[in-house]
Formats: sequence, C-alpha cells, structure tokens
Amino acid sequence: MAAPDNDANHTAFRALLELADDCLVLGHRLSEWCGHAPTLEEDLALANMGLDLLGQARALYAHAGEIEGKGRSEDDLAFLRRERDYRNCLLVERPNGDFAVTMLRQLYFAAFMEPYWRDIAESSTDADLRGIAAKAQKEMAYHLRHAGEWVIRLGDGTGESAAHMAAAATELHRYTGELFMASPVRTEAVAAGLLPDPENLREAWDDTIATVFRTAKLTAPEVRVHQKGGRDGLHGEDMGHLLAELQFMQRAYPGLSW
Amino acid sequence: MSPAPAKNEGARNEVADFELARALEAASAVPDPEVPCVTVADLGILRDVSRAKDGVITVKLTPTYSGCPAVIAIEMAVQSALIEAGIDARVERVITPTWTTDWITPEGREKLRAYGIAPPVGSSGGRRAFFSEETVACPRCGSNNTSKVSEFGSTACKAHYRCDDCAEPFDYFKCI
Repeated sequence: MAAPDNDANHTAFRALLELADDCLVLGHRLSEWCGHAPTLEEDLALANMGLDLLGQARALYAHAGEIEGKGRSEDDLAFLRRERDYRNCLLVERPNGDFAVTMLRQLYFAAFMEPYWRDIAESSTDADLRGIAAKAQKEMAYHLRHAGEWVIRLGDGTGESAAHMAAAATELHRYTGELFMASPVRTEAVAAGLLPDPENLREAWDDTIATVFRTAKLTAPEVRVHQKGGRDGLHGEDMGHLLAELQFMQRAYPGLSW
Repeated sequence: MSPAPAKNEGARNEVADFELARALEAASAVPDPEVPCVTVADLGILRDVSRAKDGVITVKLTPTYSGCPAVIAIEMAVQSALIEAGIDARVERVITPTWTTDWITPEGREKLRAYGIAPPVGSSGGRRAFFSEETVACPRCGSNNTSKVSEFGSTACKAHYRCDDCAEPFDYFKCI
C-alpha cells in the first residue's frame, strides 16, 4: 500500500529512522559480546538487551517503510543503506571497549530512552509508534537498572574497577550531548506532534546519572564541547567497520534469507 | 455465490458462529513454544478471535517482548492449528495495547508454578530502584528464601533464581 508522498510522511519516515538506527546499532554492538562476556549470566544479559533493541529496530523500520510507501522492507532499511544514510547518534556506535565502557554506554542511552519512550507512548500523534514505545519503555527500564547497577558496583568496587569506570566516563561523556540535540528532522517531528522534544528530558537524565555517579563514587567529567554529527550521517571511523560486519551477508549474497 | 434465500439466514449465522467458536478453541489450545506448559490463551497473548469485515476469521496475537524470537513460531503454530481444525483464518500481529504479565491468567500462573517457573509477582509497575529485589517464592518448595542469579535468563521473559532453602535453580517469569 503506497502512502501519499508528502512532507509530513517524509518527516515521519526520517524521524523514525533516527530512532531505529539508534536501536539497530546499539543492538549490534551488544551482540558483539555474545560468547565474550565476563560471566555466563552477563553473556545472557547482553544478548537479551541486544535482542530487545533489535526487536525495537525491526518494528520501527517496518513502520518507517510503510510510511515511506516505496516498498522498502525492514531488512532493506537495516542492511542496504550506505554509512552516510544512517542517522544514529555517535554514542551508540562507540566500540564496546571493556565491560565498563559497554555498561556506561548502556546506562547513558537507557537513561535517555526509557523516559523518552514513555513520553512518546503518552503523546505521539502516531498510534503505531505509541504502541512500539509502550513496549520499548518497559524493556529500557530493565536496561537502565541492569547497567546502572553495574556502574555502581564497578565504580564503588576495587581500585582497578573504579579506574576502568572513570576512564569509561572520560571517553563517553562527550557523546551524551547529542542525545538531546534535535536534528532538523526531529525538530520538524516535534512540531508535528510525532515526537516529544528531547530537550525536555535533560533534567531527568541529569538526575538519573547524578544519582548513579554519586552512589558509584564517580565524578562526571566536565565536557565543554559535545561530539555530534551522527544525525547528519557523519560518523566515526568505527561505524564503517560495524556496518561491514552488519551488512556483509546481504551485500555478498543479495536477497539471502533463512 | 448467489444470495441465499432469507429463510436460511439464521442457519447460516449459526454455522458461522460455530466456526468462530472452533477457531477460538483451536487457537487457545496452542502451547507457547518456549514455555510449553502454558497456552497462548494462558499467557494473554491471544488477543482476539473474530470475523473481519471481509468475513474472514481473524486471530490476533501480540508479542511479549519486542525482540522475542518466538513470535513467528507462535504465529505459525496458531496458523497450523487452525488449518488442522479445517478453519480458514488469518493470523495478525497487534502491538497495542502493550502486553503485560498482568494478562497471564490465574490458571496460567498455576501451570507455570507446577512446571517449575515462578510466576510474575504482583502487578506490572514502572521503574524499580537500583538493587531492589522482588520476593520470589521457590516453585518447588514454596520458600521465600531465594536469590536472584541473573536478571536475564534463558529467554527474554525470564530471570534466573536460586532457592536458598532447597537449592533448586529456577526461572522466574519477569513482571513487566
């Protein structure tokens, strides 16, 4: 069913892609841990969280494809775009690093997305998106708790674990500003009532992170200039390597299916 | 098909209702592939069985978690059960309203417990505090002296626990 090609649909399509790309890329990063986590329980946890994010990405891509109305499937959107066409924020594409980096990245993202999904579920003009959001919010609440507990354990753990967590904060904190920056697309989506303004969440996010850091005896690094560019398709070097692996099968064997 | 004579209308509706009832019965009996002790009806993921505007019986299912790998398997199992029952029906996926463990029936909860899986405790709420623990009773001995081994268990919907009295390791169906 071809949807009418108009400005509102074009905005919705691109706004959904931003959300979907965040979920896909972070889900892929978590899947890279499979078989490598420090304990079996964490291996299961990371794979489960990755699966949640991939599930959210699938629903968002499928919905975006319907709105676009050009017959592109969730797989087309996930696997067959070029790097510059991915609109995920830079935080989610950051390499896994050590376990501290992975858990802090998850905390930063979940502390933003859990309330953002709740706002979307309550206020979006798009009923399908509200449905996806209500489900995703419950899942991100688990991610937030799981990642937050690890940041606290490691930050308030041994000298060694605290040093890893402090290094993770130094590395990642400058990527968090982009979560709140409304891209031109998101600004249009906010104006249209499709998405709430991410800027509204800054206080809640700051509170969550301050609570975790205080309990973890960590200090949030001071960041003067936040990194950005992902929403414009300007990614770090690591994104190309990620996509090379993510897209390999569909690029090498177009149309391959199970 | 030529229009049926008016006097047969009542009889035709009866046949239609009978088919719908059989469709409901067939779909309701399908076990969950990951937790085969309970059916899709017990879990509350079978949302509706009704006739769509085009007259085709439509069975609506909803996923538990966004990324639940069993979603397609469940849809195929329900479709197969309907075909086996000789019913021409279509299976649809609905995502609203959002599934919650509150929809697991009392019978479903008892079946889970008997199978060795602790059913969800209480009703679904919002965010929980860091390191907050739920009191989950051991499905084997009933003791509340249990500890969480892992927030994430063998499937997306379960956490892993251990009983500190009888030493039984068990799955807990997470409350969402």
